[in-house]
Amino acid sequence: MSIATSLQTSATPLGRDDLARLVARDIAPGSFVNLGIGQPTLVSNYLTAEQDITLHTENGMLGMGPEAQGDEIDGDLINAGKIPVTELPGASYFHHADSFAMMRGGHLDICVLGAFQVSVTGDLANWHTGAPGAIPAVGGAMDLATGAKDVFVMMTLLTREGASKIVDSCTYPLTGVGCVTRVYTDKAVFLTGPEGVSVRETFGCTLEELQELVPVPLKAAPAGG
Amino acid sequence: MLTFVDSVNEAVAGIKDGSTVMIGGFGNAGQPFELIDALMDCGATDLTVVNNNAGQGDQGLALLIKEGRVRKMICSFPRQSDSWHFDAKYKAGEIELELVPQGNLAERIRAAGAGIGGFFTPTGYGTMLAEGKETRIIDGRGQVFETPIHADVALIKALKADGKGNLVYRKTARNFGPIMAAAAKQTIVQVSEIVPTGALDPETVVTPGIYVNTIVRIPAGTTEKAA
Repeated sequence: MSIATSLQTSATPLGRDDLARLVARDIAPGSFVNLGIGQPTLVSNYLTAEQDITLHTENGMLGMGPEAQGDEIDGDLINAGKIPVTELPGASYFHHADSFAMMRGGHLDICVLGAFQVSVTGDLANWHTGAPGAIPAVGGAMDLATGAKDVFVMMTLLTREGASKIVDSCTYPLTGVGCVTRVYTDKAVFLTGPEGVSVRETFGCTLEELQELVPVPLKAAPAGG
Repeated sequence: MLTFVDSVNEAVAGIKDGSTVMIGGFGNAGQPFELIDALMDCGATDLTVVNNNAGQGDQGLALLIKEGRVRKMICSFPRQSDSWHFDAKYKAGEIELELVPQGNLAERIRAAGAGIGGFFTPTGYGTMLAEGKETRIIDGRGQVFETPIHADVALIKALKADGKGNLVYRKTARNFGPIMAAAAKQTIVQVSEIVPTGALDPETVVTPGIYVNTIVRIPAGTTEKAA
């Protein structure tokens, strides 16, 4: 295996905001995008007007604007995280079955989700730890994972205990099979899919150093991946 | 037959023990709080409730659950920071939970209203929520067979109704309203305003009056909880 140190694009690991900025930069102009609850929501802070991205929220809206402030707060206008938001010119509203038909029907270009684990072939686990007594709650996670053309994951590479969240096969209950195409972490960007996992770039480590943290064989992604 | 009633208590008076009740709303948006309170007061019990969540805080659906009136919840996201009444009942084994991915929940409700006997969907394929269900490979993708969810009653909230029962909603408060209205045998709607027949532009009607049975007006601003 050839180790390409040139994959390293940052001297240090990326913080949450830097990672959000990177994801935002990678979203093609004109895309329709759903940002999951939590860390993925940060991506909206870095989308530019020139990109002309339309944000979807699963509770029935396209053209969602930033979080509402002060007098803008309206109980009838919330996002999937139940946070009051605003509407942008050109927004539209629709009922829940249409909102998920939009998702399932492959009309959304990208969704960005958090994860507990992602497998080398893009299986996603992000909804349930499977712990005894845990109350399961899935929401729209399975629909988003299955429906969007591209599923990007944002997460830290390692758990608090230091285990890699990029795994050969997920040990947590699955959200979707073979659905994740890219994984943005603090230490590297991974591409996943039927061909297995490859590394697009690394942050604060070489591919060789990254390999020591991840228990599956890593290779450099072809240029332009 | 469409009826306009003067009180929420009158609106829910026909709900029987053992009914399946759909309740609109996603978070507080579109939640028919006054109708839920009336359901609480009317005493109906042994209910199966269909809602995206399983009650929040100490109001509405959460109180119905607390009082042991809900035998089963069909929902996508029961666990929240303030779902303590559901959590307690669930941990005590006193409430049944059918957990459904949100899009499957919406489509199963839609299917009921549309007379569809079931459908195959890729959502949930290969996960524990598909266990025991029929699956097929269609167009190269694994898909799961899902069945419609019918209800005896739907309680929903809209912005305006006209004299024919046509409804329009407001922003993301629309959510499950239109599909629940079609899926239930009896659809009971609370609206902020009733306008004369002909005052709603037919091009903007979201729920045609054919799906609506009972309407009660709750003037906007009288609902503190919904803010």
